[in-house]
Amino acid sequence: MAIDAEQVRRIAHLARIGLAADEADRYIGDLESILTMVERMHAVNTAGVQPLAHPIDVTQRLRPDVVTEADQRESYQSDAPAVANGFYLVPRVVE
Amino acid sequence: MSQWETVIGLEVHVQLATASKIFSGAPNRFGAEPNRQASAVDLGLPGVLPVLNEAVVQMAIRFGLAVDAEIAAVTQFARKNYFYPDLPKGYQISQLDHPIVGRGHLDIIIPGKDGDTAKTVGITRAHLEEDAGKSIHDQVPGLTAVDLNRAGTPLLEIVSEPDMRSAAEAVAYLRELHAIIRDLGISDGNMNEGSMRCDANVSIRPRGEAKLGTRTEIKNLNSFRFLEKAIEFEVERQQEILEAGGRIKQETRLYDSERNETRSMRSKEEAEDYRYFPDPDLLPVTITPAQIEAVRAEMPELPRARRERFMEQHGLSGYDSRMVASDHATAAYFEACVAVAGDAKLTANWVMGELASVLNREEKDIDAAPVAPAALGRLISRIQDDTISSKIAKTVFEIMVKDGGEPDDIIEARGLRQMSDSGELERLVDSVIADNPHQVTQYRAGKTKLLGYFVGQIMKATGGKANPGQLNELLRARLDGGS
Repeated sequence: MAIDAEQVRRIAHLARIGLAADEADRYIGDLESILTMVERMHAVNTAGVQPLAHPIDVTQRLRPDVVTEADQRESYQSDAPAVANGFYLVPRVVE
Repeated sequence: MSQWETVIGLEVHVQLATASKIFSGAPNRFGAEPNRQASAVDLGLPGVLPVLNEAVVQMAIRFGLAVDAEIAAVTQFARKNYFYPDLPKGYQISQLDHPIVGRGHLDIIIPGKDGDTAKTVGITRAHLEEDAGKSIHDQVPGLTAVDLNRAGTPLLEIVSEPDMRSAAEAVAYLRELHAIIRDLGISDGNMNEGSMRCDANVSIRPRGEAKLGTRTEIKNLNSFRFLEKAIEFEVERQQEILEAGGRIKQETRLYDSERNETRSMRSKEEAEDYRYFPDPDLLPVTITPAQIEAVRAEMPELPRARRERFMEQHGLSGYDSRMVASDHATAAYFEACVAVAGDAKLTANWVMGELASVLNREEKDIDAAPVAPAALGRLISRIQDDTISSKIAKTVFEIMVKDGGEPDDIIEARGLRQMSDSGELERLVDSVIADNPHQVTQYRAGKTKLLGYFVGQIMKATGGKANPGQLNELLRARLDGGS
């Protein structure tokens, strides 16, 4: 399957990965070889096979609706790079 | 009729009223100090695992049954990937391929000048997801402040078919949905606090055209009025563009209630690629028919059934029934009141009239009404047994609102009992007729509207206490009868 540099840049952007100018071309090769491997699965007849949602064949255990977590804000915020008035602070983002 | 047809579909996010969050044991409450109820799971710290809250599943099933929808036998969670500071994991846990609630429908009533019309709106699906936190841009200069208390709040996103054809229909749909979720007890539906939020997909097409026009999505409409205004604005905007030969750009728009306009937020084609995939942290959830039946056995009465019951049991009109039976709190108040008052129509008038205007004036919900339903019922029964007139009843009601107290005590203490002694009334009628010979002549010459003048004079003399029916009868008899 063919991939171009534009697609690589787009995927990198969506994943917020920085790419140097020459890296896009290198990743074209890497990604194409991954896709070639995946493409081999096309040869398998999957008619009537349900898509696999999870490799483990058990179902979800549910949790009773009770509050079990104590407030640990001070502890969590001691690891944060910047906090003020109980808020986490990040570089300004406005849509 | 316009040559354009409006097509509207709504996506409604409902915050579920659980004790704890959807995937963590942190409390799910509104109004805590910033980040006081954000646990390690909500913060997306490394090594944590989400565990699904069973109450959330129950609530979604309850909603599904209320809209006659298919409930999935196996439902599954997916990751919706995007980057924003109030989404610490870099993905939102949502559902894509196997939503818990499938196709259903909702019957709505659209009020109109010429009476109500009924319509059925299709429900495409409803799925569970976690809410994100809140980004606040004006807290700290130059920085964005993040509060993750809301992160992990359980949401049910209810997606409608593009079945609505006017802003009024969209509002009617949202109102019915609001009434249902409140009846089901799955959410408080408080739109001011964001417990119910609505996005509207709006497009227009030439009347008769089968193909849908390009739509825009209006985000975060947090009141019935804003939904209506935003759709009306957007329809007009699209019409102007198309009539000028332009084309509509598919985009997300934000409604600005202060300026009453929608503004472009971001263009859809570029930004939206969420790269959904099944969440490996969460196994598929199975729902058995027995589970569904257990929920069904505990379904409360829903607005539509209640409206029908009120029409049958209390003999209310369709209009009155819609007004008092749609909202469960109003319906509960009405029923407690009518049980004492007896007269359903009169009670409905009081609940929709005097009581509603007091609640409006004092900005109170009916749950916190300043007059208890039984007390209002006793007041209404005093109108029926002719102890007081409707007009005096309003005075008594205002006193009850302000100072509390029982209607009978207020009537006695203030001497408001209606004057029904016909001897006394006759004397008053005679003296008014004697005192106003000029008006009497005019009345007898055919100016019968002057009856009101005489009524007014006597009401003034009695402080409004004369029995109006009796008074009218007496006056007419004397004026029309001559002498």
